[in-house]
Amino acid sequence: MHEYTTDQYEGMIAETVTITGDNGDPIHTYLARPLGAGPYPGVVMIHHIPGWDEFNREMARRFAHHGFIAICPNLYERDGHGTPEDVAAAVRAAGGVADSQVIADVEGAKAYLDGLPYFNGKAGLIGTCSGGRHTYLVACSSDQFDAAVDCWGGRVIMGEDEINEKMPVAPIDLTENLSIPLLGIFGNDDVSPTAAQVDEHEEVLKQHGKDYEFHRYEGAGHGFFYHHTAMYRPEATMDAYQHIFEFYGKHLT
Amino acid sequence: MCTMIVEQADISGSGKGPKGWFRVDRVNVMFDHPFNLPEDHALSIDFVDASAGPGARVAVELTAESGRELVKALLAAIERGERELGEVAAAS
Repeated sequence: MHEYTTDQYEGMIAETVTITGDNGDPIHTYLARPLGAGPYPGVVMIHHIPGWDEFNREMARRFAHHGFIAICPNLYERDGHGTPEDVAAAVRAAGGVADSQVIADVEGAKAYLDGLPYFNGKAGLIGTCSGGRHTYLVACSSDQFDAAVDCWGGRVIMGEDEINEKMPVAPIDLTENLSIPLLGIFGNDDVSPTAAQVDEHEEVLKQHGKDYEFHRYEGAGHGFFYHHTAMYRPEATMDAYQHIFEFYGKHLT
Repeated sequence: MCTMIVEQADISGSGKGPKGWFRVDRVNVMFDHPFNLPEDHALSIDFVDASAGPGARVAVELTAESGRELVKALLAAIERGERELGEVAAAS
């Protein structure tokens, strides 16, 4: 975790860039990074189901402030343009985006990082809500990353009735393939994942001997980082961010 | 949670958005995170022109109980309208 002192110069740039995603598609992507030669570690952020929105941009700038190159691709690029809410509503009505497309888009973001002269070569994953599920999915499916942070990803454990063409495999069933350290952030009052599902997830990680740490918060439910909603829990959020920065500091620098 | 609960129906009607009236041909009814309503989960009802892009949408977010009240009001209005108009037609 980079800590600024009052005598230091500080600057960042945050802008929309274009990466190459699944199927060679150009994808708008939000990139926030410290100004300087680096080298800086990277964090690929996987946005939540409410869309490629202001929360994700704020989170990206937070990571840039702490010395990371944060890159957040618009996973809904193929579904038209408009306000993030309108686009997300259309995607939700269509049943979400395909897991295979998400994996390729996220790897496209990592490939973009690889071309940056100020990147140190190590990249983490982070996502909240559906992005937490996607984070675990990518962490178990790709060899491009060095650490992963799953923030309350629902449907990592899936029932048979939840499996469909877009989500053909429950991420929990890919756990054997997980080869990078995992940090999990969960609210105990959440209903997806439930506390029992988080217990089950932890048990599967133990069975496979995986490197993980879970932090679970009482009095917090789903989406407790979301300061623009009633779900916000400030103390849990600040504690979780501390763990995230320590985790990335350990594995990405 | 992200429930991904979606029910859809083809409809015929008009909706009024920020740019005025437009035809709507589908309603998407979801029970998931609301964007605006301060609830963990809510009914999201989007009346859309499916061919006109994401912005062609008239959206409301309701609590579950409000949704039930809406259904009652819809059915009551339809039944009353059809009954009264039917009586007018029979009398003319």
